[in-house]
Amino acid sequence: MMKFERYEWIAIGIMISLFILVGFIQGWSFSLVILNMCIISAIMTMGVNISWGYAGVINFGVMGFLAMGGLAAVIVSYPPIREAWQVGGTGLGISLVLLAMLVFAVMYINKVIVKTTHKYWVNGIIIFLGIIAIRHFYLNATANIEDVNPALAGFLGGLGLPIIFSWFVGGLFAAGVAFVIGKVALGLRSDYLAIVTLGISEIVVSVLKHEEWLSRGVKNVIGLKRPVPYEIDLQNSDWFINLVTFLNSSKLNNVIDINDRQDLLNNLVIDGSGIFVKLSYAILFLIVMLIIFYFANKAQLSPWGRMMRAIRDNETAANAMGKDVVKQHLIIFVIGAAIVGIAGAMLVTLDGLFTPSGYRPLRFTFIIWIMVIVGGSGNNLGAIFGGFVIWFAWIEAAPLTTFIINQLTLGLEPTNALKLHLLNSVPYFRYLFMGLILLLILRYRPKGIIPERVRHS
Amino acid sequence: MVDFLNSLVVLLNFIIIPGLSYGSQLALGALGVTFVYAILRFANFAHGEIMSFGAMITILLTWFFQSQNINLGILPTALLALPIGVLATIILCLISDKFVFKYYRHQKSVPVVLAMVSIGVMFVINAIIRIIIGTETIKFSDGQKFIMKAKQFKVMTGLNEGLAFKSSQAITIILTIVLLSFTFWFLQKTKTGKSMRAFSDNEDLALLSGINPDRVVFITWMIVGVLACVAGALYGLDKSYKPIIYLNLVLPVFASAIVGGIGNPFGAVIGGYVIAFSEIMITYAYKKFFVYLLPGPLEPSGLIQLLSTDYKFAVSFTILVIVLLIRPSGIFKGKVL
Repeated sequence: MMKFERYEWIAIGIMISLFILVGFIQGWSFSLVILNMCIISAIMTMGVNISWGYAGVINFGVMGFLAMGGLAAVIVSYPPIREAWQVGGTGLGISLVLLAMLVFAVMYINKVIVKTTHKYWVNGIIIFLGIIAIRHFYLNATANIEDVNPALAGFLGGLGLPIIFSWFVGGLFAAGVAFVIGKVALGLRSDYLAIVTLGISEIVVSVLKHEEWLSRGVKNVIGLKRPVPYEIDLQNSDWFINLVTFLNSSKLNNVIDINDRQDLLNNLVIDGSGIFVKLSYAILFLIVMLIIFYFANKAQLSPWGRMMRAIRDNETAANAMGKDVVKQHLIIFVIGAAIVGIAGAMLVTLDGLFTPSGYRPLRFTFIIWIMVIVGGSGNNLGAIFGGFVIWFAWIEAAPLTTFIINQLTLGLEPTNALKLHLLNSVPYFRYLFMGLILLLILRYRPKGIIPERVRHS
Repeated sequence: MVDFLNSLVVLLNFIIIPGLSYGSQLALGALGVTFVYAILRFANFAHGEIMSFGAMITILLTWFFQSQNINLGILPTALLALPIGVLATIILCLISDKFVFKYYRHQKSVPVVLAMVSIGVMFVINAIIRIIIGTETIKFSDGQKFIMKAKQFKVMTGLNEGLAFKSSQAITIILTIVLLSFTFWFLQKTKTGKSMRAFSDNEDLALLSGINPDRVVFITWMIVGVLACVAGALYGLDKSYKPIIYLNLVLPVFASAIVGGIGNPFGAVIGGYVIAFSEIMITYAYKKFFVYLLPGPLEPSGLIQLLSTDYKFAVSFTILVIVLLIRPSGIFKGKVL
């Protein structure tokens, strides 16, 4: 196992003390909310870091992969809606078979016809006819499915399995999409690739937003089952009440009146149940994060990781040494996307709901990238650190801005137009912070806060 | 015959005129992206926000003029505010270059780093815009709204279908023609334009022959500022101004620039129209058109729509991916101004 340098221990110390600080100032429940999101962002950041930091493959499709992970959570955990399957199942099946036939036909034509101009024409005609045929079955089926109890269902539902399986499935889904994107786009130059992956993630999200039979679209899926206990069950279970009593025994013993004591205990149980749920999430997420961290580090130190660095640093030389650059790029792109997909499934698990319109590529893709760059590309601990620090800054920017504005405008009276305007636009200052952090890091510490270690071997 | 004319009017009203005006806005935006790419050699993600900034300044000035009762009669007041907006946008571009991009240019950073830097700039401008003007939808067109109203057209020609032509669309098309012809004249005929083309073609050779790189960069940012501000203001005038829409506008703008061949100004213009027309044509429901053209029994029952309008945004990227697969350097060979 790897050893940490001193500054890396300092970074870990900073991360832990930040949460303890927030715990004391703003409450433990809030601190745990931030911690959970931080862990998820750290996993996403590791995903991006693997493709960008190890091999220099740019991946701006983060939101698309994240949304695929979210879709996996819905498909795995939501109970199946049998009625919808009955009315639309065959139609969808037929269109799926037709789609597969179309894909094979196009692949076959590409093999048989050599002359390029002919190839495009024939392909174009076949695809056009195929789409018309597919649409015929598909539109009927989807319309039927969406008519099934539209207020509550209106989509196919899922498999009804425990949601924790979806973390794995989410990775697979994202990997599948990434494979297709990689096949299409990885040959492009890096800045083209950036824009194309960004655009494709936009396409993925808009499909999820508008194909209601699959994901319920903008109507959102709510009430996904949790992998951890519900607060209300905890509050009614004896062992939990005993636990809370035991933990707070000194506080409880100070209260003499029996009624007051019961009230205090009830409050403590209610608070404690919320914290317990968030803590269980945090533990689950931490386990996943540490597993990914362990394997990411192993991979980086392995001969495969060395080959990836070689490809990143000099593609031509690596190619000349007989490394299949195209294939390795595809592999690492898919791995990175799969990790982002896992994070996506975890995110939906944490929220218990799936809102496709919440995935806004232009907004959040770059936040993840800021995490990667601030933390230090090529260093997994840096990625985790970046994820923690930037998410922390993102959340704490608003209170901080309010404080600063209030301090600066102390002399103005509370009804002053400028002061009110500034206080109203507090949420937008976080973008300013993000931009400034990115610009400053790129200028003065371009390798990130915890830079990649230079290995001599 | 009347049916044929009716169907033509349907096409003109719902596809050609909106396509031309949206295409012009995209073309101006894409031209700006292409200039930055050809001279400064990076993909400027902040371009959408620069457009937004120009539009915002124009709106603020329009409000000021309106409050002072200064107007242009039948023309929108925004046209009066536009030159000052352009000036402000140029200043913004120059400031961002001086404090941010210049350093990396002198460091000879790789394009990806510069693209990341432009994302930082994007966030900062984004925040400034939202802090100043908020996030609400703003309509700021005034003066005469229509050159030709649908009803007026029906009465005039006796056809069933109306043809509406907004004055903002006319202004967009005219201004685009003026700006494009000026830009191409500048690039082809003037000495500065030629030096810019030389610089984009081969930087070292251009430096050797005594071209001042700082001057070229300065002129580039000026042109980018003009194009971005006009594109942004026209888009807002034609539809409405909303910061989030401008944030997303950067995607079709990039798609246009790449489809046409990034770095090639002519390609950027063509790319803009290709993207605009494909977005509109693929998501338009052709039912009305075919009802006029086909005889009774053949009349379509469905909407005859290739994709629902929900996918408007996805279309531009599908086109982009297809073009990149077939011709990786875009319709016109890119990378040279």
